[in-house]
Amino acid sequence: MNWDAWLPVLVVASSLLPGLVIFFLREGSHRLRTALNLAGAILKLLLVGILIWGVFHEHVYESRWTLAPGLDLVLHADTLSVLFVTLSTVLWLVTTIYAIGYLENAPHRSRFFGFFSLCVSATVGLALAGNLFTFVIFFELLTLVTYPLVAHRGTPEAVRGARIYLTYTLGGGMLLLIGTVWLHVLAGPTAFVEGGTLGSLPAEYHPQLKMIFLLLIMGLGVKAALVPLHGWLPHAMVAPAPVSALLHAVAVVKAGAFGIVRVVYDVYGVNFADQLGLLTGLGIAAAVTIVYGSVMALLQDNLKKRLAYSTVSQVSYIALGTAILGPIGTIGGIVHLVHQGIMKITLFFAAGNYAETLGIHKVSEMNGVGRRMPATTLAFSVAALGMIGVPPVAGFVSKWYLGLGALEAGMAAWVMPVLIASSVLNAAYFLPVLYRAWFREPGPAWPAEHIPAARFETSATLLWPPVVTAMLALAAGLFAAAPYSPLEWATLIAHREYGL
Amino acid sequence: MTDAMIGLVALPLAGALATLLLPRSATAVAIGTGLAITVAAGLLLFGVATQGALHYEIGGWSAGLGIALRADGLSALLLLMTALVMLAASVYASAYFSTVSERARFWPLWLLLWTSLNALLLSGDLFNLYVTLELLGLSAVALASLGGKRAAVAAALRYLLVGLLGSMMFLAGVGLIYAGYGTLDLAQLALAIGAGPVAWTALALMTAGLLLKTALFPLHFWLPPAHASASAPVSAVLSALVVKAAFYLVLRLWLDVFANVVTPAAADLLGVLGAGAVLWGSWRALQAERLKLLAAWSTVAQLGYLFLFFPLLLALPPGPARELAAGGLVMLALTHGFAKASLFLAIGIIQQRCGHDTIRELDGTAQRLPATTFAIALAGVALIGLPPSGAFLGKWQLLAGAVATGQWVWLVVTAIGSLLAAAYIVRVLGHAFGHRPYPNLPVSVAREEWPALLLAAMAALVLGLAGAPVWGLLEIGT
Repeated sequence: MNWDAWLPVLVVASSLLPGLVIFFLREGSHRLRTALNLAGAILKLLLVGILIWGVFHEHVYESRWTLAPGLDLVLHADTLSVLFVTLSTVLWLVTTIYAIGYLENAPHRSRFFGFFSLCVSATVGLALAGNLFTFVIFFELLTLVTYPLVAHRGTPEAVRGARIYLTYTLGGGMLLLIGTVWLHVLAGPTAFVEGGTLGSLPAEYHPQLKMIFLLLIMGLGVKAALVPLHGWLPHAMVAPAPVSALLHAVAVVKAGAFGIVRVVYDVYGVNFADQLGLLTGLGIAAAVTIVYGSVMALLQDNLKKRLAYSTVSQVSYIALGTAILGPIGTIGGIVHLVHQGIMKITLFFAAGNYAETLGIHKVSEMNGVGRRMPATTLAFSVAALGMIGVPPVAGFVSKWYLGLGALEAGMAAWVMPVLIASSVLNAAYFLPVLYRAWFREPGPAWPAEHIPAARFETSATLLWPPVVTAMLALAAGLFAAAPYSPLEWATLIAHREYGL
Repeated sequence: MTDAMIGLVALPLAGALATLLLPRSATAVAIGTGLAITVAAGLLLFGVATQGALHYEIGGWSAGLGIALRADGLSALLLLMTALVMLAASVYASAYFSTVSERARFWPLWLLLWTSLNALLLSGDLFNLYVTLELLGLSAVALASLGGKRAAVAAALRYLLVGLLGSMMFLAGVGLIYAGYGTLDLAQLALAIGAGPVAWTALALMTAGLLLKTALFPLHFWLPPAHASASAPVSAVLSALVVKAAFYLVLRLWLDVFANVVTPAAADLLGVLGAGAVLWGSWRALQAERLKLLAAWSTVAQLGYLFLFFPLLLALPPGPARELAAGGLVMLALTHGFAKASLFLAIGIIQQRCGHDTIRELDGTAQRLPATTFAIALAGVALIGLPPSGAFLGKWQLLAGAVATGQWVWLVVTAIGSLLAAAYIVRVLGHAFGHRPYPNLPVSVAREEWPALLLAAMAALVLGLAGAPVWGLLEIGT
């Protein structure tokens, strides 16, 4: 057996196969389902560990399967894919534990966990995609398997939210597909290569390449929630909390952002994209999204909606970093892929805990919740401060590199105001929440107390995941210079992309 | 391997007679026959893949006098698809029809339909093609009217008249060809035919007849009522295979036999009609109130995609790019065959368990009939053309051909059609996932659910992930 060719397949299969088995389990077989889920998640973590080591030492892992003449399904591990795979795998493990606690005794758990595993498989496949064709396949698969998760509750609201989600994402998928086919006809199979491949095409193709770029970015922008393609995201909030957490931190939104990074760096090449004048447009779209998302977040009273608009804003930091020419900006964008994921998943876990434990869904109901649920609120506070960009939490590192990169690239004139405005707005919509939670007196009763305070403030499976991810967010900022930290890895990626 | 060719015609015919004579054990006989045919179809495909195109003259009479059977990559693929769909639908039908009298009427006609499908796909001359086409039409009408309800009989009667009209036009074209060239053998004709009034008229007549039979927009009016009122296994086969047999003939005539005669303008006309079918069929499917009507209108739309390939194939120069597009066309046809059959079988289950197939009242189906809902979802993935279905690869080639030849209008039509398809599938799934508590879970019948699931998996997974050999097989010509 050729281990190097099988490892990427195994990484995808370690969640795909348990997921498929789970579909056929009876509702009652709770233990078997949990065992399968955790075994798959831990196995995937081990495999990813090997992958990280190998890619760091410039080992090539690639599997290839021909679907049609000239169309190969390629799984290939490079530094960028490893970053995203690791993020997905770690957060999947945490979210699985959280979901087991969250869905205790809820109906249709086999269906839920089945699709949940498929969702991660699609994300990991998309991360490992070695060419644009493979990426499109997993991108569409991700759309398909998340639909039942959003519709899971089956209420009219959930079904409607899921339908809106699907309308947007399938429309985006179609644009992406057309762009990809067009590029395929023009340039043949587009493998992801560090530094890009399209720069070598003759100059008469350049107008077409610009059109294709627009199609690709619009297609990816739907999932990445670039304004004005973000409309689905607030509606998708009807999903159960673990799904929202995964959707916002790892799977859907991040897949779009990751795709933008791929297209700019590994298909077009960042220098060639700049030469075509494409980065400015992307940068403007990102800047508009950052400010718009923050303003909208400020207006929401519903906690999950506020977090959703915050995602709209924060994910565009990644696109912004992509649009800033130069390694420092690149590092800022790519490292935010990880940092935003860890921080946002913490926020959603905490929001889920408030809803499950006390029935709190609105910011205005959060008075004094810090006294009743100190650990959850502490985790929430760490992540929120990180989002604002307060050192030493991870978000500070991202913003620092983005700002520095903009200075270096001579784009500070408009990037800096955006960063400052966004940080001020972030503070404006997160600090009042923290103030309410810690310093206001609680009301006479919580809206609906489901889980009474016992040894912990809520059940253990709900409590530990946000605490762990908050610590990760703190660690990613504190130990940013340590080897194998997200920042170090992003630096490695930037070095390979720019050929330094 | 010529034994396999003979078996493909002789086995279902013998089976039809046996089920007629032994009505009590008809089901066992039919399933056994179906298994044997499937093995024969598999062997034939293997034979064609290893030995190249096959040819057999029954009784040693050469073409012109005797009956010749021939098989190349295209016909072998379609024969295997036919066998798999028919076998799955047979297993399904063995549970679907509960009374002996129903079965006694069903099986002989069913196997006769199978005989005519196989014979049509193996025929090498125009007259035999006419005979098999007629036989196919008649057995299909008889099966469609089996339900006995008033609507079914009325729809079947219209189906019969349309079918007869189509066959007559086809026969008129065949007559012209015979008068003009003195032969009906396809291989000989391909060499002899040149552009001219006789060839043009004959091609126009035959094509018009076949378009009527394959229900290309705007000649589709008969299809939705006929397919929506037949029983589930019959609808499945009518939509998946019978219309496709007529399409197969169009493909043969246009790309092989009359390759010197057809013009890009004529192909553009087919493309325009196909575009009309895609848009109108998908739109009507979206409006449909009943599941079976939705599936039938979806067939109208899906056949439209196949015709979008004609302008591309004529614009592409012969060579790899054209073969890629032709492979995409066949891939789309095969995927639709499996997916649509699965969809109709699944709808049949819903109709039997819920007593209706009104889309608005399907809430909670996902909870009550999870396997059936899953089959519908998988078939839906294939109908929309999402990965990893074979239709994704087919549509990829369609889009690539449109980009390469600069015919952007077909690209736009495909994109809109796919989004409409997504809309009508999601409309069904949205209701299925909807909430409605049901106290008692219904009995699930494995013999009905498995065929639907396996056919959907063929369309949505197997063809897409392991379908690469299709392109190689198609290069094995006559």
